Amino acid sequence: MRLSGALALGAVLLFLLGPFVVIALAGLSAGDTLAFPPQGLSLRWVVAVFGMDNFRASFWLSLQLAMGSTALALLLGVPAAYGLARYRVPGRETVRTLLIAPLIVPGIIVGLALLRHAVIPLDLGVSWALILAHTVLVVPYAVRVVTASLDNLRTDVEEAAVMLGATRLQTFFRIVLPNIRSGIIAAFILGFVTSFNQVPVSLFLTGPGITTLPIDMLTSMEFVYDPSIAALSALMALLSIVIVAVAERALGLSRYV
Amino acid sequence: MSDFLTLQGLSLGYGAALAVPELDLSMAEGELLALLGPSGCGKTTTMRAIAGLLQPRAGRITLAGRDITRVSAHQREVGLVFQSYALFPHLSVFENVAFGLRLRQVASDELQRRTAQAIAMVGLAGFERRLPRELSGGQQQRVALARSVVVRPRLLLLDEPLSNLDARLRLEMRSELQRLQRELGVTMMYVTHDQSEALALADRVVVMREGRIAQQGTPVDIYERPRSAFVARFVGFENVFAAAPDGRLQAWVEGQPGRAWRPRQVVLGQGPHEGQVLGASYLGESVEVLLQTSAGPVKAQAAPDAPRRVAGQTLRFDLPLADAVPLEH
Repeated sequence: MRLSGALALGAVLLFLLGPFVVIALAGLSAGDTLAFPPQGLSLRWVVAVFGMDNFRASFWLSLQLAMGSTALALLLGVPAAYGLARYRVPGRETVRTLLIAPLIVPGIIVGLALLRHAVIPLDLGVSWALILAHTVLVVPYAVRVVTASLDNLRTDVEEAAVMLGATRLQTFFRIVLPNIRSGIIAAFILGFVTSFNQVPVSLFLTGPGITTLPIDMLTSMEFVYDPSIAALSALMALLSIVIVAVAERALGLSRYV
Repeated sequence: MSDFLTLQGLSLGYGAALAVPELDLSMAEGELLALLGPSGCGKTTTMRAIAGLLQPRAGRITLAGRDITRVSAHQREVGLVFQSYALFPHLSVFENVAFGLRLRQVASDELQRRTAQAIAMVGLAGFERRLPRELSGGQQQRVALARSVVVRPRLLLLDEPLSNLDARLRLEMRSELQRLQRELGVTMMYVTHDQSEALALADRVVVMREGRIAQQGTPVDIYERPRSAFVARFVGFENVFAAAPDGRLQAWVEGQPGRAWRPRQVVLGQGPHEGQVLGASYLGESVEVLLQTSAGPVKAQAAPDAPRRVAGQTLRFDLPLADAVPLEH
């Protein structure tokens, strides 16, 4: 029993971490082609990645996109979560379900739908299209995570503030916001990682010259077959892992998702 | 003058449910009034309407001569102490108490002075920098009180403020509340389901039932002269029977006149009535004996040294007519 449990755990860990280990080792290869096991170990491709102009441009775009769309999603999501949690909004459950939809519907479909029915008819530029799409994808995280921390704040605490002379707005900024702060930070980190690593939706919306890092990597793999892609992949995975680990340590991220 | 606070034809409800059909009530300045009743009687709903947290369906509320029916909660100058204390979890004791003063933009030195004074008044000097979660229930309750009175509300509402405390602390806080009320002279409305709390604290007790006032009067009025079976049972007249002219024991019917006795008024061992002992429980200072009669159960209280009663035994007893409290309905 104990042995089979350990075997199952090992299999799951291998399945989850195996690809990362393979990619990381491939990226540390000293050879000229992408291969596993690596032909000797060196940091030359890791160093090389930082010198590649196209990746640097798309990295900045991805970073700005992740920051911008997550901030926008929070601006929409925090008031939405508050309204849904505190007021008897008609059709509240329907709105909640709809807000979770982008988590369930495959990214390909979201991307195609946005392209066909929003980006093309409205003639949005690539940047606006990306911002719009990523905001849509991140809003569910913002609403869910903030709702969870609102549930921990009793409504009578807000009523107490009102009874002491605070307007609804003052109550929100002085009482509610400080108490859901860690939820908002958690939502920001989740949203950031989601947007930064996003592929299927961005695939439809990026254009020539303006592309996100994951899409850029996908395209360049068709032409380049050296270990730089593996090195870059490992770096990105590492970045996400570090962000989430720090957040878990500082805020207990897993409480919210 | 008893028109400091008036409720006129107040009708309250949530959604489709009508919690309080029509309520008229008034309070004098400086009075401590207890709103007493079982859960669901509309007492908390009434209090929330006075606070401004619930908009009435109909009726008028005035406070100190001003119609506040449409005034929003944060401008009513009404304080509210919550059953759960509702302290701000992210603020220290000092900042919790200073919150209302900061909103009113009270000058810094006055704010410091008044906050410190309020904290000292509830005996929490030295705890200023603690967070609510570092305090015991009784201490949190004191912070909630200090926070409400520091802004000098015209009316202070207290919603079951002692129900989350243990028995010893409850007694302690009860006398604390009385002291505060005497010192500050603030008009207080105290909502509770605990009759002993209401009787001990209040100048006037208003008993509510199903959204209506069942009876109001001084604690002595309510305790000694209940007018209905509902109020009688609420204040410990546990034996209610019909007011039969010949003194026979007859089951009381809802809405009909009746007579009521406390358990200790029942005379055991002699008398015109007969019952079967259902059980006897030793309560320390007395023994409670439960009898079954043809007109319903009778609860009696006997001295601990009285003869032992055993279940199944037939026992004669008397409900002296001279001691009975007459009930209108």
